Amino acid sequence: MSPLELGYFYGCAGLAVSGALSVVIAKNPIRSAMGLLLLILSVAALFLELHAQFLAAVQLIVYAGAIVILFLFVIMLLGPSASTPSDRRGITVRAASGALFALAGLGTLGAVARAAAASHRTMPMPVPEPGFGGIDAFGSVLFSDAIVPFELSSALLMVAVVGAVAVARGRQGSGSMSRSEQEIAHRAPPSPVGSAEQSGIFSHEVDGAHPQERSA
Amino acid sequence: MMGVEHFVFLSAILFIIGSVGFLVRRNVLVTLMSIEVMLNAANLALVAFNRSRLAPGAMQTYPGQSHTGQVFAFFIIAAEAAEVAVGLAIVLAMYRLRQTVRSDDADLLRN
Repeated sequence: MSPLELGYFYGCAGLAVSGALSVVIAKNPIRSAMGLLLLILSVAALFLELHAQFLAAVQLIVYAGAIVILFLFVIMLLGPSASTPSDRRGITVRAASGALFALAGLGTLGAVARAAAASHRTMPMPVPEPGFGGIDAFGSVLFSDAIVPFELSSALLMVAVVGAVAVARGRQGSGSMSRSEQEIAHRAPPSPVGSAEQSGIFSHEVDGAHPQERSA
Repeated sequence: MMGVEHFVFLSAILFIIGSVGFLVRRNVLVTLMSIEVMLNAANLALVAFNRSRLAPGAMQTYPGQSHTGQVFAFFIIAAEAAEVAVGLAIVLAMYRLRQTVRSDDADLLRN
């Protein structure tokens, strides 16, 4: 356990914490996504220190290569409306709940740290055998003992892709609706909440007008 | 002396930051990213404990149990990719209905 290793850890930890803070604090979602990218890169670097080389590569490919890009796509698709204007409604309740949660967490953490410092016992990390965390050791575990959850996760990803396409695409036109849905859509709804034409699920699809055109 | 405590403390701090962001922010996109921060913190703790609890020679004697934490983190990453895909699809569907991404405006089931 050299000082070099400790310095590496603290550098990565500082980058990870600043990335997480900028995810939470930034006003612009693009900046949040960049903070998430910083967090992911530094966690991948910490995985390398923990002898999890394959997992570090997976982290880079799946997170930095897919998830952050997906976030950026959606943010750019939404354009300027991706960043919500700040409003002060309920700010005290939100700030109080967040502060309470943070205080509870940090207090627990401090108590644990004090107890750990008092007991003078550390949990050392032995240097593992060569090949630990490499792709062949990891893969042999994945395809022998963890084969059932592996196959289940492939099914999960398949279902998620189909579900994401179905949810994001929506119904195209009124021809695909069932009869009862068409009745609901064509009936002028009694509006107890005011803006009924904004809130109906099929409101922008029945008359074929795109919402932006209609509002313009 | 460097132990697993460093990693677990870092993971706890990241988790607290992510959960506070989840509670405080109103932008749905930022809320999703806060969930990512929390899951990353969980992954870090899993991998650190996997490294620390590894018995010497476990890769020969118990090869199936030598990478439990890492395999768990791997499945978390897979589930998270699915979660992000579906979550962003829901965000897009909500934007199509309401032209906003504020979580307060997702009140179609109100009343």
